[in-house]
Amino acid sequence: MYKAKVLIKRRPSILDPQGKAVEKGAQHLGLKNISHTRIDKYIEFLVHVDDQKAAEEEVNLYCTRLLANPIMEDYEFELVPVLSSAGKMEKVE
Amino acid sequence: MKVKFGVVVFPGSNCDHDAYYSLKKILGYDVNFLWHKDTDLMDSDVIILPGGFSYGDYLRTGAIARFSPIMNPVISFAEAGGYVLGICNGFQILLEAGLLPGVMLKNKSLQFVCKDVYLTVENRDTIFTNEVNPDKKLKIPVAHGDGNYFADENTLKELVENKQIVFRYSSKNGKSNENDNPNGSVMNIAGIINKKGNVLGMMPHPERACNSVLSKTDGALIFNSIANSILN
Repeated sequence: MYKAKVLIKRRPSILDPQGKAVEKGAQHLGLKNISHTRIDKYIEFLVHVDDQKAAEEEVNLYCTRLLANPIMEDYEFELVPVLSSAGKMEKVE
Repeated sequence: MKVKFGVVVFPGSNCDHDAYYSLKKILGYDVNFLWHKDTDLMDSDVIILPGGFSYGDYLRTGAIARFSPIMNPVISFAEAGGYVLGICNGFQILLEAGLLPGVMLKNKSLQFVCKDVYLTVENRDTIFTNEVNPDKKLKIPVAHGDGNYFADENTLKELVENKQIVFRYSSKNGKSNENDNPNGSVMNIAGIINKKGNVLGMMPHPERACNSVLSKTDGALIFNSIANSILN
């Protein structure tokens, strides 16, 4: 079993008005060295398969079809084995 | 023959009843609600994807509704040439389903916009706009937080070349400028049609502009155009 950690980022060419608004707050806070604030999405979930390649395939499908919109977003992910208390990878029953 | 509309009800739709009321009580068409978990379009001639906040707008607007069971027959219906109109959240769902090109971003102002806007009808030669007189500007309300239409340059070029841009935000006298753009939408786009011409998405709410008591009736032109296309 794996834990997937997915980061979904808007393409640099896509305006991020939320990031801009937050950056205004930074200016009001008196921070003078902040720029290019972007608000992205971080998503975690478990993948109930033991084979890493199969897990990657499933995550890719989840990302391309639902989690990210490929027209405006890119994604990257990391798969971390879920370990039992004995330090062994948790097997899917 | 009476034209039969089907209004899809997603969890979080909130303009479904407005659409039903305007179509049935004011304009006199047959209407059925279509539940999102069903897969039967009930022999509808036209499918309406109504406004609202389906699935709480979680992830991205329309992203989850696009996978509702009812969307499989809706997509097949559209691909076979059936008439589909997506209004506001319905437009967002059509984009996510890939039935229309582009994406919807948060309004440039970051604010929810709820007001009457004027629209120029860029293409009157569609099944959705054939009842609109030349030079008529439509007065129809918008109500959305994510109406900032965006598409890459090639897509925009195609939209222009194929006359797929149907509505643009404008001033009362029909000038498209930045001041009359409520959300930052590229090229003031308020509504687009697919290449085949049977699927229209629009951010303004025609169902809220059908009743003379509310002093707005231009929305009826859109529904009557569709009925006209089916009957003639």
